[in-house]
Amino acid sequence: MQKIEAINDFVVKFANINGSGSASANELFARAILRMGVPVSPRNIFPSNIQGLPTWFEVRVTEHGYLGRRGGVDLMVAMNPQSWEQDVREIDPGGYLFYDSSKAVPRSRLRSDIHVLGMPLTEICNDTYSDSRERQLFKNIIYVGALTTLLDIDPQEIEKLFGEQYKGKEKLFDSNLQALNLGREYARQHLKPIALKVERRDRVGDMIFTDGNSAAALGCIYGGATVCAWYPITPSSSVPEAFERYAKKLRTDPVSGEKRYSIVQAEDELASIGMVIGAGWNGARAFTSTSGPGISLMAEFIGLAYFAEIPAVLINVQRGGPSTGMPTRTQQADVLACAYASHGDTKHVLLFPEDPYECFEMSAQALDLAERLQTPVFVMTDLDIGMNQRLCRPFAWDDSREYDRGKVMTREALDAGSDFGRYLDVDGDGIPYRTYPGTHPTKGGYFTRGTTKNAYAVYSEAGADYIYNMQRLRQKFETAKSLVPLPVLTAARYPARFAAILYGSTGPAMQEALDALAEQGIYINALRVRAFPFQNEIADFIAAHSKVFVFEQNFDGQLTTLLINEAHVNPASLIPVLHYDGTPITARFITQEIAERVARLNVRPLREHMVA
Amino acid sequence: MTYIAKPRLHHPSLAKNRVGFTRRDYEGKISTLCAGCGHDSISASIIQACWELDIEPHRVAKLSGIGCSSKTPDYFLGNSHGFNTVHGRMPSVLTGAYLANRELIYLGVSGDGDSASIGLGQFAHVMRRGVNMTYLVENNGVYGLTKGQFSATADKGSRSKKGQSNNDAPIDLVTLALVMGATFVARGFSGDKTQLVPLLRAALAHQGAAVIDILSPCITFNNHSGSTKSYDYVREHNEAVNRLDFIPLREEITADYAAGELVAVRQHDGSVVHLRKLHADYDPTDRIRAMSYIQEHAARGEVVTGLLYVDPEAADLHRQLGTVEQPLNTLGAAELCPGSKALEKINAALR
Repeated sequence: MQKIEAINDFVVKFANINGSGSASANELFARAILRMGVPVSPRNIFPSNIQGLPTWFEVRVTEHGYLGRRGGVDLMVAMNPQSWEQDVREIDPGGYLFYDSSKAVPRSRLRSDIHVLGMPLTEICNDTYSDSRERQLFKNIIYVGALTTLLDIDPQEIEKLFGEQYKGKEKLFDSNLQALNLGREYARQHLKPIALKVERRDRVGDMIFTDGNSAAALGCIYGGATVCAWYPITPSSSVPEAFERYAKKLRTDPVSGEKRYSIVQAEDELASIGMVIGAGWNGARAFTSTSGPGISLMAEFIGLAYFAEIPAVLINVQRGGPSTGMPTRTQQADVLACAYASHGDTKHVLLFPEDPYECFEMSAQALDLAERLQTPVFVMTDLDIGMNQRLCRPFAWDDSREYDRGKVMTREALDAGSDFGRYLDVDGDGIPYRTYPGTHPTKGGYFTRGTTKNAYAVYSEAGADYIYNMQRLRQKFETAKSLVPLPVLTAARYPARFAAILYGSTGPAMQEALDALAEQGIYINALRVRAFPFQNEIADFIAAHSKVFVFEQNFDGQLTTLLINEAHVNPASLIPVLHYDGTPITARFITQEIAERVARLNVRPLREHMVA
Repeated sequence: MTYIAKPRLHHPSLAKNRVGFTRRDYEGKISTLCAGCGHDSISASIIQACWELDIEPHRVAKLSGIGCSSKTPDYFLGNSHGFNTVHGRMPSVLTGAYLANRELIYLGVSGDGDSASIGLGQFAHVMRRGVNMTYLVENNGVYGLTKGQFSATADKGSRSKKGQSNNDAPIDLVTLALVMGATFVARGFSGDKTQLVPLLRAALAHQGAAVIDILSPCITFNNHSGSTKSYDYVREHNEAVNRLDFIPLREEITADYAAGELVAVRQHDGSVVHLRKLHADYDPTDRIRAMSYIQEHAARGEVVTGLLYVDPEAADLHRQLGTVEQPLNTLGAAELCPGSKALEKINAALR
């Protein structure tokens, strides 16, 4: 029988029952490999449930640093009888199945083309521990122990991790170490060796390991947000929670204990965006975080902020829709809902981070953009980036950087006789000046409203006033193009006729796919779009290729629609390639889709430097 | 409504308050509401109260929702910033504004449609949080801007102008405010300025969530017989529990009353509310008793007005959150950004 052989390049998937304490044991496994200098990319695939349903943890071990999902499974750690059939089916031929053999599994429920490693985990636990909670928790540590032996993971790294986790709790340290060694010893004596190995390398460098939601929260701290209003919703709740954690440490006066931030858990999403808009109107930097259903609820307020021109930052950690959809699965399905949120003619600035590093960068930048443009700005992250820990570049901050507070007319300027028209375009960029409430006893006051008004904020339904305002808003959106982050080009080694457009969490899987395609002689230029409105570079890129595959993690091809609508590109040149089952897109999916489509377009790699 | 523009120049003999403003300086644009609308009387009372309190007009932020009442902030305090938000959501916008700058005085103006129907949730939650604001409900029991539909405060059995009877139980915002934790709760009548102005003064000075439910008849759609929110009905059924004098912090207390008929409530900031008791058994610091008193009288068809409840030890949201004294909107990068050194440490902890 074939046997998958790999060093530092394979996928291990853990199938567990949620609420059983498996997540921390599996994370321990991933971190130990990381500590050996080998990049890993773990993903939690979990149900909308607290206890008792199937949950998976997938660890990509990747010496090359491919941090996207690869697709396929080389070693399945099947600890959940509920999902057994599906889990066994998922293993690549020649791969490995590790399972709890305390209860015999009939041959009919196994496969003949995989290698099976049974370990009587329940039996061992029952023999060793009398407490039922201990039996469950240590079972996880015991299988991690067995895996370290099978995969050659250095047990000292795990010991060190235990040391950090159980500092000052010697008893817990000892019992965990004992369980680990129990697993290691059993595997050494009873299990056949396998051909997947981890070897020490130095490929992690100075990269950090964190999740996008924490990174976005930290970006809001560095970006100067002082008001956070939110309502709990998966998968975004950990953004404000991380903001609170960081703010406690970084924004509390060490002497007085007073806070230089405020957090309100609102009664619903309507209230949370209302608070953000009230704070933005009053000159504080404010943000909320939410997911699709929250955006739907906030839509009316988003229109108010757009039309009354009030800064607001929304971090949208996208999940599967429509409606309640797949609350614990990932998608990029709110692109259109956010780009055009609210009734009437509205358009909003969107930023698309690809990893925690960009979640940090773009959240901080969004606070600047919102004030510069006096409008809502959306950070369009997703569950895959937000709730999974990912290796990424270390966060960076230039201490000379100043906050861009935008066009704010001061008391001094008003006294000097400046003409203040709240909705007057004085600089030709469509961006008017604003005053903060309380600025001046007799000048600069105005009435903010969602109704139409003239350039001096006086209620008006006159057609000319309305047209002036709408055209100025369009001009402002044009100005936004020069302020939002540019797309990132990954050029093929040889001139390419075909191209791919991607955004957000598709980035890492695309990197791996491009390398794999190049190995097959298929060369593709890739452009990662990082913002809406679209810059001319994006339209130019599309025009320069005969066909452009647009990779999206939604069903409708929402970015494709937006490109056709807003970048005025030729619809015939765009081919949407859609991955929308709720799991993160994989490198294998991208590779296969492109390879097949290129073949269908009748292009064969005859001479390497001439073709696709 | 009137079409006569107000002259900009003020008569030099107009009295000025301590901060140098005349009463006219607290006015706004000309009202576009119907002639005789109760809301215009309330606007006039707000102007009077702010002038008497020596508040600099621009230190007030006026926020409202949608409806006839929510249009009124354009008709007073013309030099103040105002924000006409979305229907029923003024409380959240005001909360955010208050978080951003704790130093301004926040006036929320709403109506019964705005607060008792679409905005009932936000009405309740802003009370719970103790946002330091004055929340005015200009309550006429009817949707005026959409021409005369019943609102959720209309009494059961009351009749619309078209003759329909209201079958739904009314929402009593005063009782709801008491349940939700408001620390200053009053009810007034737009037709009784001598009662309303002191209530407004005391509410504006109160350091916590203050709500005044002001019965404000809709002259066009709800002032007929059969309505329980008409001028005549409210006058006939008005049961004022007390008469109020509000003494700001710095003023000496000089009022002289016979013993036994006066209650002095000293508030957290040192200001004093003096109440002349009209009902001997009414204690405005007893929240539980206030609720039953209101209900008992409502059952008899009486509308209890006056200062119904005040908590002298009220705490506001900023105090509960523990935020800095300096308004958050004045903090710059030096106070807010932890800098690259701190970031290096964070990076190190993530390896």
